[in-house]
Amino acid sequence: MIATIRIQAEGFDVAAETAMLTAGREDIGAVVAFTGMCRDEGGRLAALELEHYPGMAEAEIARIAASAQERWPLAGLTVIHRFGRICPGQEIVLVLTASAHRQAAFEAASFLMDYLKTQAPFWKREHLKDGTVGAWVAAKAHDDEAVARWS
Amino acid sequence: MKLVYFAWVRERIGRMDEDVDLPDGVATVADLVRWLKARGEEYEYAFENEGVIRTAIDHVHVKPDAVIAGAREIAFFPPMTGG
Repeated sequence: MIATIRIQAEGFDVAAETAMLTAGREDIGAVVAFTGMCRDEGGRLAALELEHYPGMAEAEIARIAASAQERWPLAGLTVIHRFGRICPGQEIVLVLTASAHRQAAFEAASFLMDYLKTQAPFWKREHLKDGTVGAWVAAKAHDDEAVARWS
Repeated sequence: MKLVYFAWVRERIGRMDEDVDLPDGVATVADLVRWLKARGEEYEYAFENEGVIRTAIDHVHVKPDAVIAGAREIAFFPPMTGG
């Protein structure tokens, strides 16, 4: 099974990506889709700016995807991560996991997101409604705790 | 050797990347950070809390004790906040 991994500025269509993942397949019994969205942080935020490390972002997500494939019997896997300016209400990241049964698909999607948040080289910065450039978003301890449960 | 910087590490140093010739004795990531901090206050500022800074050699995460011999590109960046 070859994972689909894309790093892109443009948005994505969850239904279209799911259709591509499952096209012609009769062995898939479960697809889990996780979409990470940009929220407005209580009306404060005009946009998030996502910086990434080209080359390493793809390589690191491929390593995370490979370790998910080792742990769960996946029939398909798609990860799309956007970069650039993303406004509240728009999507940031997509993880699709397909398997014969739901448990593997649920767990693998959760694993992938925990590792993406803490290991994939992306950094968020806030742009505020008042026009100023805000702070770089700080890493959260609970994200490190979330990833630790898989080891 | 090429060094690349991201997010607030890039902003504090004031450049995205640079090529450096390292003197003998700079063998590990920790040695490299020590050498960089001695180059100027912008590096001192970027690495002031060096335990926080993450490093990758040729697109792979490494620890401060990693040996840098043979590396093409070493990246320094803050903890990641994607997803």
